[in-house]
Amino acid sequence: MLRCVSGLVALLLTGLLSPPLQAASPVDVFNFEDEVQEIRYRRLIEVIRCPKCMNTNIAGSDATSAQTLRAAVHRLIVEEGKSDAEVLAFLQDRYGDFVLYDPPLNERTWLIWSVPLLLAGLIGLFIFRIARTHPVDSSDASLPDSEALASLDDATRDRLEGLLSRKP
Amino acid sequence: MNKVSFFIPLVVFAAIVLLSLLGFNVGNRNELPSALIDKPFPEFTAPDLFQPERLLGRDEIVGKPTLVNVWATWCPTCAAEHEMLIKITERADVRLIGINYKDDPGKAVAWLGQFGNPYDLVLVDQDGLLGVELGVYGAPETFLVNPAGDIVYKRVGDVNERVWREELRPRLVGMMPDIVRPEESDSAAMR
Repeated sequence: MLRCVSGLVALLLTGLLSPPLQAASPVDVFNFEDEVQEIRYRRLIEVIRCPKCMNTNIAGSDATSAQTLRAAVHRLIVEEGKSDAEVLAFLQDRYGDFVLYDPPLNERTWLIWSVPLLLAGLIGLFIFRIARTHPVDSSDASLPDSEALASLDDATRDRLEGLLSRKP
Repeated sequence: MNKVSFFIPLVVFAAIVLLSLLGFNVGNRNELPSALIDKPFPEFTAPDLFQPERLLGRDEIVGKPTLVNVWATWCPTCAAEHEMLIKITERADVRLIGINYKDDPGKAVAWLGQFGNPYDLVLVDQDGLLGVELGVYGAPETFLVNPAGDIVYKRVGDVNERVWREELRPRLVGMMPDIVRPEESDSAAMR
């Protein structure tokens, strides 16, 4: 029984820890000069959006335009020896910011990029306002601090300590 | 609860409504803004459909107002717009260049034989890489190129009467006032 449970846990863990399976990309037959090129190719097609199918990267789409773009990425890497940044810039020049899943910050996108900051600011303001209009009530705070105790005369202090140490 | 915070939910609600109105009214969401508008038509080398040994380049596009139409025989919308392209070449003295996109050249020649060939030239882009240069993501797509060789307008989808009247014709006349043939001006005035 125990073995069975631990087996199940192991199964769950491997499922959780292994990288998510990529959407089975349609089979393209491409040759690469080395493994680095292939890894770069796989990484790049994950971050380029298919212009025809809106919410899919070109790795996961069967659309002709995605096939064409995969071929273009392959050609740029293998035949033209372009760097990752050059490949992305090439596509961005021709298809616009839309093809990048991580769009650059520019005059058209600053609004959407600033939303998290704006929200954080608003929430901060909200908390600040609440904190100011509902100040913490100090009357029910814990023990008086030593400075305050020292300022009392002996008789009062003894009486206070007596009161505080009395068992409820 | 002071007066200002009383209105916060209302303001948030109004903001959501406003954003939704803006978001759902974005004209055609499938039509991406072209990154090539006002940019020079890219350099390229592509074979002529009818004489494959003849390689053509950007020189074929510049010097005259030109429509570059990306089409294929596998594309139903291309068949639908074909008649309109023929009409445009009758109505205006505009150069029309076809890019036969990811197609079988044999089928393309047969298709033009059957439906008529309005193109001054047809370039072959079998692997779609010229299409990539142009940011093409489907067919048909049509580019309007000015005599200087800059892309001034791009249409994704079919060229129809409305696109001709509202987008292409005014731009062509702007480039060259007498480009539209007189019959067309007359019939336009009668309409």
